Amino acid sequence: MNRMKPFDHLILILGTLFMVSPIAIAVMTSTHTAADIHANGLSLLPGGHGFETYETVLTRQGGFTGQVTGTRMMMNSVILGLGFAVGKIVFSMLAAYALVYFRFRFATVMFWVIFTTLLLPLEVRIMPSYQVMSGLGLLNTYTGLIVPLLASATGTFYFRQFFKSVPDELLEAARIDGAGPVRFFIDVLIPLSRTMIAAIFIIMFVYGWNQYLWPMLMTTDERFFTLMRGIKQILQVWIGSQIPDYNEAFALAVLALLPPVVMVVVFQSWFIKGLTESDK
Amino acid sequence: MSVPSTSLQTSPSGIARLRARLAAPPEAAKRVQFRRPLLPWLLLAPQLAVVATFFYWPSAQAVISSFYIEDPFGFGATFVGLDNYADAVGSSEYIRIAGFTVMFTVIVTVLSLAIGMLLAVKADKVIRGRPAYRTALIAVYAIAPPVAGLIGMMLFDQHIGSIVRFAALFGWNMQVGLSYWDTAFAMIVVAVWLQIPYNFIFVLSGLQAIPSAVREAALIDCRNGLRRFRTVILPLLAPTAFFLMIINITYALFDTFALIDVMVKDKPANNPITLVYKVYLDGFRGNDIGGSSAQSVILMAVVLVLTLFQFRYIERRVHYG
Repeated sequence: MNRMKPFDHLILILGTLFMVSPIAIAVMTSTHTAADIHANGLSLLPGGHGFETYETVLTRQGGFTGQVTGTRMMMNSVILGLGFAVGKIVFSMLAAYALVYFRFRFATVMFWVIFTTLLLPLEVRIMPSYQVMSGLGLLNTYTGLIVPLLASATGTFYFRQFFKSVPDELLEAARIDGAGPVRFFIDVLIPLSRTMIAAIFIIMFVYGWNQYLWPMLMTTDERFFTLMRGIKQILQVWIGSQIPDYNEAFALAVLALLPPVVMVVVFQSWFIKGLTESDK
Repeated sequence: MSVPSTSLQTSPSGIARLRARLAAPPEAAKRVQFRRPLLPWLLLAPQLAVVATFFYWPSAQAVISSFYIEDPFGFGATFVGLDNYADAVGSSEYIRIAGFTVMFTVIVTVLSLAIGMLLAVKADKVIRGRPAYRTALIAVYAIAPPVAGLIGMMLFDQHIGSIVRFAALFGWNMQVGLSYWDTAFAMIVVAVWLQIPYNFIFVLSGLQAIPSAVREAALIDCRNGLRRFRTVILPLLAPTAFFLMIINITYALFDTFALIDVMVKDKPANNPITLVYKVYLDGFRGNDIGGSSAQSVILMAVVLVLTLFQFRYIERRVHYG
């Protein structure tokens, strides 16, 4: 087995380079000027104009109405990521608690009603979803941006799997001590789920931050644009321009990818735990 | 949560049981449960409200709309039975896009699983540097499809793209955005790139869930590394690989929407697109609500069949595996 090691490392290094170099190129190229990029192509070395570019992208009033800046889009992305993650955790913990710890009529039916949502992704029902949203007057609102995305059972599924792995003895002991369902949930189950909550928070924040199709449909008002929506915007402006703002596009891409990447890398052990232990 | 790390015999039945546990559906509910008439409904209420409003209502709407032709100016709708379906499936454009979707899905599914698995198997073997490789690969997982599409577009850009310049060295005049197959190539490369980390993470954690006793026994029984992988490790990974295959298929069919949207820049005239993108184009650009809904329903049916197939297959493995 030892003889094979250099070969194994070679494959791993090649694979890692293939995976990581696009990110490195995006970060490095964003620090060059547009004219420089236009003349010399993409770059793997820093260019020294990074500060101006990022300042422009973050503060310049862009769009048709001049009401949207990079900072604003970033804030909207944070709102979407946070709102989605928190909403998902609250809704799905409550629902999973009911499904695992209570005996009531139609429990099985409710299980299927909720878990059928895992079968059909948003992409196949975009048109009617849009009509429902516009009928409810929720276009261009944060509610319309966040709440409909909660209608998938991923979080409920994660928590259900986790609650099932909690030993039955805990509930028995709690009942002997006279704890009711609310007590048990707050004093036993929530403290026990801390790691799981953290893991799901990371997964869901990244998921919310990275949403594209839904924000694109929901927001025509530029004040509600997220960074992902901004990426589409900056490409549309390009059509017909002499030297496209390559540097600004790259800077926007870096701003859009950095928070989720940093989060996942820093909390990778939680993240992997949350992802692999409950997704099967 | 379900894979024990110790106390497993290395007999064939032990392996079969481990495999069954890797793929087993969740066990039955708790032995002890609360009995309250109202509380569970209160707990379920927020989730049920959201699911009803934003999942069942639009899904039902899609099915209903698919049987009607809606007046583009909003003056009512006419019931046309299965005409929308016939129009969709009958058009040569739909057949061509369906053909591309199938090809795209197969290539993306196979390549991202194969590369992810290769890297995971290698990362599982080496000890030094494993955390570094893992970190590097996980970083890519967090990148959103539209951002990947943007970076991909730059790498494949006519003027500045490194990949286009590289291809030119071999006499390949790559014209992404103009040439159908060059665009398809770029889309596949970016889609595979983005999906490799997911496959890597799952295969690696699947490999690490295999008890060392099993590996040691296999090492004694069989000295040929490749054969050992094929006869011992691969069967144990089969449920993970199958799960990933389904995930990859749904990814290629649906999650690549943003990537395609960014890469073809709203000008799909001569560019390859997938069926989901056509649903969006016909619905929002073409204002053909009935046609778009019929295509939605066809896609829903495809996903349902895929998922049922997955459940059935996994169940069979548990009972007879």
